[in-house]
Amino acid sequence: MSTLPALPDSHLPWASHMQECDLLQAMPEQHATHVFCCRCRSRLRHRRPDQLHRSLALQVASLLVFVLANVFPVVQLQAGGVYLATTLLGTAWQLSQEGMAPIALLIALTGGLLPGVELLSMLYLLLPLSLGWVPPGFPRVMRLLRALHPWGMIEVFLLGVLVSLVKLAHLAEVHAGIGLWSFFALILLLAGNAYCFDTDLLWEHQQTCQTAY
Amino acid sequence: MPNGLLSTAARQGLWLCHGCSLLCRLPQAEGQWRCPRCGAPLHRRKPHSLQFSWAFLLAAIISYIPANLLPIMRTEMLSGTQQDTILSGVVYLWKSGSWPLALVVFIASVLVPLLKILSMLFLLLTVHLRSRWAPWQRTRLYRVLEVVGPWSMLDIYVVGLLVALVRLQSLANIKAGPGAIAFGAVVVLTMLSAMKFDPRLIWDALEDDNEYKTHATK
Repeated sequence: MSTLPALPDSHLPWASHMQECDLLQAMPEQHATHVFCCRCRSRLRHRRPDQLHRSLALQVASLLVFVLANVFPVVQLQAGGVYLATTLLGTAWQLSQEGMAPIALLIALTGGLLPGVELLSMLYLLLPLSLGWVPPGFPRVMRLLRALHPWGMIEVFLLGVLVSLVKLAHLAEVHAGIGLWSFFALILLLAGNAYCFDTDLLWEHQQTCQTAY
Repeated sequence: MPNGLLSTAARQGLWLCHGCSLLCRLPQAEGQWRCPRCGAPLHRRKPHSLQFSWAFLLAAIISYIPANLLPIMRTEMLSGTQQDTILSGVVYLWKSGSWPLALVVFIASVLVPLLKILSMLFLLLTVHLRSRWAPWQRTRLYRVLEVVGPWSMLDIYVVGLLVALVRLQSLANIKAGPGAIAFGAVVVLTMLSAMKFDPRLIWDALEDDNEYKTHATK
C-alpha cells in the first residue's frame, strides 16, 4: 500500500462533499453560516470565526469538570444508619467484584475512560495548534479521536443516574452528589463545543501551521 | 431530484478518506492507496460494509433473545427475592405510578433496540435489492439510528448504579443478572452494525440507474 501524493486539488475549498451520499458540490466562498447538502440535506459545515480558541477554552473547562465528575460521588444513599455513595468508576469496580466484568468494562469505558481519552487528545491537538505549531503524531491522534467519538456516552449515563435516583427514592433517602452536577456542567460544555466544531477546522489549522514553517 | 445534473465524487475519480474526510483524487494506476493527510487506507466505500453490517446485526438479533428473557437485575429484600427482566422492570415502574419514568425506560430499552434492529434489517435489505425508493428518507433514518444508538445503554447504567448503591446487608441487596450482559451486547453490536453500514450505498443504486438510462438513449 502506498501513500498518495498530496495533490493540490485535494485541498481546494470547493471540493467538499459528504459522507452520506457522495455527491460532489462546490463549497460557497463565504461560509460563515450553515452549509447543507443539496441532495440528502445533511449539514456540511457550520462554523464561527475564532472557533479554535473557543473550542480550546471549552475543552479546558470540560477537562476540569470531568475530573470533578469522576472524583466526587454522583449519588449518595442513606438508609438505616448506612451511608453509601458511588462514582462512575466505583460503580464499575463494584460490578466487577460481583462477577459482572463485561458490564463493568462497558460502563467504565463508555462513561469514563473513552470520554477522558477523547478530552485529553483534543487538548493535545488544540493547545499546540492555537500556539501555532503542530503536535507530533497529529494525523494518528485525529484518527483516534474519530474512532473514539461514538463510544462516549456521558449524557446517557446522566439519564441513568436520574432514573436510578427516582427508583431509589422509595427505598431510601437519596441525594444527588457533586459528581452529578459536574456531569450536568460537562454535558453543557461539550454540547457548546460540538455545536460549532468539526474536525476539518483542526486539519485546516494544521495545514496553515505547516506552510508557515 | 435533479440527478442528471449532479455528479458524485466516486464518478469523478475522487474518494473520501474514511479516516479524516479528505477528498482524494485517485491516480489511474491500480493498487491500494493511503490518504495523503492522515495516512488511513483509502476505499471507495467502506470496505466489506454489507458483510460486516449483516454479521453484527445477526449477532445482535441472537443476543436480543436472552437480553429480554433473562433477568437483568435481582433484588433481595426482607420481603423476598424479586427477579426483573427489562420488560417487567418497565411494568413495575408503570404500576408504581412513575409513568413518565416508565416511558423513558421503555423507549430507551425496549423501543430503541427493537426499532434499531428492524431499521438496520430494512436498510440492508433495500440496499441488497438496489431499491430506488425514498433514498433521502432512508439516509435520514440512518442518521437517526446513529444518534439514537447509545441511548439504549440507559438500563445498563441504571443496573450498575443500583448494584453499587443498594448494598444494605440484610435489608436490601441488588445484584446484576445475566440478561444485563446480553443486553449490553445488543447495544454494542447494533452500534457496530450501524457504523459499518455505508449510507452512500443507498444512493449508489440511483447512480447506476442513471448510467443505464443514458446508455439506453445513446
